[in-house]
Amino acid sequence: MNRQIDSPIVLLGARLLSPYIMLFGWYVIIHGHYSPGGGFQGGALLAASLLLIRVAGGSKLAELQIREFATTPLAVIGVVIYFATGLVAMMMGGHFLDYEALPIPGMEPAWLRYTGILIIEVGIGLAVMAILIMIYDNMVRGEDYA
Amino acid sequence: MKALKILILVFFAGIMIYASSDLPFRGDPDNLMHAEESITGTTVKGSYFIQNAYRDARTPNMVTVVLGDYRSIDTFGEQVVIYTAGLITLLVLRRSKRRSE
Repeated sequence: MNRQIDSPIVLLGARLLSPYIMLFGWYVIIHGHYSPGGGFQGGALLAASLLLIRVAGGSKLAELQIREFATTPLAVIGVVIYFATGLVAMMMGGHFLDYEALPIPGMEPAWLRYTGILIIEVGIGLAVMAILIMIYDNMVRGEDYA
Repeated sequence: MKALKILILVFFAGIMIYASSDLPFRGDPDNLMHAEESITGTTVKGSYFIQNAYRDARTPNMVTVVLGDYRSIDTFGEQVVIYTAGLITLLVLRRSKRRSE
């Protein structure tokens, strides 16, 4: 592992591909209401775009993108977004995760459900992205080049 | 021995191909799982989701509605499972500072 040479061509290719994969990941999350996709798939794509830079550029370059200590709080935030959506709905008088009771004024119940599904998909995507990066960072700690 | 292995593989491949010829066509509305009543006369539970998913959540993709709304507690469990897997890698693979020195 220590004798690897970092190649600028590989890094250039990864830098070219990474933003488009990230954009497609957000598209898969947000457009999950209308096409196949959702939080898990989109989160995996977001993690792929970030891990591409980590594999090609090493941990020093990746620190500019998303720091290692930031992954665990991001995962917690993702889980908390989901849980808080259910808890707020329960506190406003509905059942747990009953989006009809969410306190957003001026929306009929069907559109409230639409919004609630969108919120939890974003939470799932954030958690899946952060956890996949966390697993990679823990596995290669101290062993990657550059 | 190798001939026997290949013979067994070909046998099972034949069974699979024979069974797949009997599968219903995808998207055919006359399929049993798309019917409102099953062959025993009871109502099929999935037909509720097919009929009411768009009316309840204004979302054309009914898989998303089932995953995020009707069965949202199950999805929450899946997310917690992934979160637990991440935490376990944190516990098992992260070396302590004392040992790495």
